[in-house]
Amino acid sequence: MRVGVVTFPGSLDERDAQRAVRLAGAEPVELWHSDHDLQGVDAIVLPGGFSYGDYLRCGAIAAHSPIMREVVDAANSGMPVLGICNGFQVLVEAHLLPGGLIRNDHGQFVRRDQQLRVENTSTAWTSGFEQGQEITIPLKNGEGGFIADAETLARIEGEGLVTFRYVGLNPNGSLNDIAGLTNERGNVVGLMPHPEHAVEAGFGPDTSTRMRSGVDGLTFFTSVVEQALARA
Amino acid sequence: MTDVSTSSAHASAPTPARGVADTVEHAMATPEREQPYEALGLKADEYAKIREILGRRPTSGELAMYSVMWSEHCSYKSSKIYLRQFGKKVTPKMKENLMVGMGENAGVVDVGEGWAVTFKIESHNHPSYIEPFQGAATGVGGIVRDIISMGARPVAVMDALRFGAIDDPDTARVVHGAVSGISFYGNCLGLPNIGGETWFDPVYQANPLVNALAVGVLRHEDLHLANARGAGNKVVLFGARTGGDGIGGASILASDSFDEGGPTKRPAVQVGDPFAEKVLIECCLELFAKELVEGIQDLGAAGISCATSELASNGDGGMYIELDKVLLRDPSLTAEEILMSESQERMMAIVHPDKLDEFLAVVKKWDVETSVLGEVTDTGRLVIHWHGEEIVNVDPRTVAVDGPVYERPVAYPTWIDALQADTASALPRPTSGEELRDQALRMLGSPNLADKSWVTNQYDYYVGGNTALAFPDDAGMVRVDEESGLGFAVATDANGRYCQLDPRQGAQLALAEAYRNVAVSGATPAAVSDCLNFGSPENPEVMWQFSQAVEGLADGCMELEIPVTGGNVSFYNQTGDVPIHPTPVVAVLGVIDDVARRIPSGWQDAGDNIYLLGTTALELDGSAWSGVIHDHLGGRPPAVDLAREKQLAQLIAAGASESLIASAHDLADGGLWQALAESVLRFGVGARVWLDEIIERDGVDAATALFSESTARVLVSVPREDDVKFRGLCEGRGYPALRIGVTDSVAALEVQDLFTVEVDELRRVHRAPLAEAFGPVVGQ
Repeated sequence: MRVGVVTFPGSLDERDAQRAVRLAGAEPVELWHSDHDLQGVDAIVLPGGFSYGDYLRCGAIAAHSPIMREVVDAANSGMPVLGICNGFQVLVEAHLLPGGLIRNDHGQFVRRDQQLRVENTSTAWTSGFEQGQEITIPLKNGEGGFIADAETLARIEGEGLVTFRYVGLNPNGSLNDIAGLTNERGNVVGLMPHPEHAVEAGFGPDTSTRMRSGVDGLTFFTSVVEQALARA
Repeated sequence: MTDVSTSSAHASAPTPARGVADTVEHAMATPEREQPYEALGLKADEYAKIREILGRRPTSGELAMYSVMWSEHCSYKSSKIYLRQFGKKVTPKMKENLMVGMGENAGVVDVGEGWAVTFKIESHNHPSYIEPFQGAATGVGGIVRDIISMGARPVAVMDALRFGAIDDPDTARVVHGAVSGISFYGNCLGLPNIGGETWFDPVYQANPLVNALAVGVLRHEDLHLANARGAGNKVVLFGARTGGDGIGGASILASDSFDEGGPTKRPAVQVGDPFAEKVLIECCLELFAKELVEGIQDLGAAGISCATSELASNGDGGMYIELDKVLLRDPSLTAEEILMSESQERMMAIVHPDKLDEFLAVVKKWDVETSVLGEVTDTGRLVIHWHGEEIVNVDPRTVAVDGPVYERPVAYPTWIDALQADTASALPRPTSGEELRDQALRMLGSPNLADKSWVTNQYDYYVGGNTALAFPDDAGMVRVDEESGLGFAVATDANGRYCQLDPRQGAQLALAEAYRNVAVSGATPAAVSDCLNFGSPENPEVMWQFSQAVEGLADGCMELEIPVTGGNVSFYNQTGDVPIHPTPVVAVLGVIDDVARRIPSGWQDAGDNIYLLGTTALELDGSAWSGVIHDHLGGRPPAVDLAREKQLAQLIAAGASESLIASAHDLADGGLWQALAESVLRFGVGARVWLDEIIERDGVDAATALFSESTARVLVSVPREDDVKFRGLCEGRGYPALRIGVTDSVAALEVQDLFTVEVDELRRVHRAPLAEAFGPVVGQ
């Protein structure tokens, strides 16, 4: 399986995302923001960072980049797409996911090992989790507060689009503790925490018993790989 | 020279600046014209020297160049004669793995398997007081560009910070600004921030220290040095446009003391754009990888003046520049301002003419603006034209290399004997369990020993996916090779209180502590970078402190056999007549074969044996205990024994390679008590410890056992099954080791027969000071 990882100017976690793809047993493919070519990949990751310097609004300029036209088309025809942090912001700006992301309620950048509850296991990127499973995924952002108008929020909740919720502490003032979402079809997932930073023991978040040993993020990537294998 | 073309970004040429340029011809015709050399920071004799070198008065452009390049910040004119020791006091072993030593943008160390690591620490103190956010942000940006110019990919940063009293209202302004500036800039660059220090003391009230360190990695064959060789090669400026920010930053700001109530110096502070820098990093790495450049020099202090004169001096010696080709943010800038501007995110490359098109294509891919300014020549002269007229014609070495060198007066401080005589040993020490508990908690809840999560929770240490250790561990550690697990560790340390008591010993104590911090992570110390923060060199007592500190460091490095690979000197950290405590920040870099064998700093399992390695003496002078409990500073700092430090590092390395050590934590500020508390707090695992054997063996009282800051000591936890082997290891190497306790499933730290503190209380006390002073800790 080939998984594309898009690099925008200002992307930061693209190499981490490529490593996560590799550790899940797939082949990472570098995609460039100004190309119109998805190089025949089977799934796409939009990595974290500060695309285009977060000028204008986080993710707003990237959402209009040439590659995103292809990503939107592919997503609309069912290709699995994962947006992490800035990638989530890009997906929201591209209207592939509802709502918006604003400056953290406390006004500061925050980095922490974040507990999440998996609320939806029927997406392309979460099928390997148990419903209600609590996982630890690193979080690091300045503008991660999820917002939506009342009607949209009711729809998101009603249709079960909430994929992850913050547990224990809401780190940025997100409405309904929402950390991540999916679309109606379940192929597009976006979240503020960084699963690609929890894929390798020794370099992930602390767990309750061991330093930096958390690898809960790997399941995002193995989920999409296993589904592809099952279809093949 | 007519083919010099402009810009991949189709920028229009700047409109002519106001006024008429002061050309070389004009300078020769008007020898008596008065020049504002004093306002530019030059002394009368320095100005006279420039006239002598040139055989005429300098043009205003030349004066601008000399003034910034001969500033203390750029020329090291007061420190040079001392810094030479770092190059002289070396053993053959110190040269073995040194690929690039002092004098280049950053030192480079061979770490094996074809990999090299480059690192450097640098000050950005003065701007960070005036405009903390931009000052600290551009401090990160500047040191990262030094790393890139060596051909390396930057992979980590850390910061050594010193602020004023935690409860002074102005401290919050500086702390909020500096920390968010570092967070903003470093996080946007995608560089994990893996460690550093935060320290509060009224001596830094109007002179905070912001020292930024960056580390880069490269393959041996990718090493590049910045020089301008090969006549006919193009000189290209790329990156951000040149603006009016940071004009005279090096000469006016960093090379003078602050006067109380003096005029604002804000225009001399640079403004940073981390997105531009991130793109520039990737662009430079691609240019190096495709072999499209002969060399790249970063533009930092002294901007174009520095880059052109240094590149030319380090190469064939000649360069021709058309200054009106520089892309400007503000078209009204004069030639002199362009020469002095310290606008950020700019680089200068030397490019072979045949590779220019390919070079421009790469730069365009990254949407970076570019302008070909001129070319390398073999004339031995740096010639700069402005709208067709010659405004600079100098021997570049007289600007960049052969600046003034001062042997400043040195005087033994009149106050130091009395200070050293005032020992903390005379202060009353607690004896009862209740008193000891009370003082222990006051220390844990004091600003310098408190939890620094308020700061570090704003830094990303995950990006890159290679961070094996970060704060609050003793050293930061990053994997270099994903296959073999090869990695490096870095720690920075300095204790201004010790240095005030004895600068020579204080500098060695900083070295010993950074060395020990790297050793307890499981790495082997390999190299040193230092950032020497002092008061005014024009004060003979400060010069004495400086000379003592440098000598101590150079001697210490020779004894430990690890070379100093570079660093920086920051003088004039004083307001009025009062200098800061001498603060030589020492960064030690170590190498580890496989980061999987790294040692955590805290306890993770109940039932492990706790050992104290090393012996404890009555050494409370300059200690955290004397400061926090008695507001006292006097006496002589703890004794340094570098041979013991070396032995200890080797012992830990041996223990790590056999995987006998579950955790290791160095003893420094706050002594054994602080190390115990931090070991508990790291993962919330408690312990029972006893002091009787320390008291008996070392002949000390309980307070001394807990709070003394004797060196060459480490707290180690060892799984029961490895106990015999570990004891054997210590005995075999003749290193004193005492079993002083056992980790416990009860969430409390019990000092037997004296007192107990629950983990929750330890945590509450430890976390309180920064939150109370600066607001809630994010994510806590």
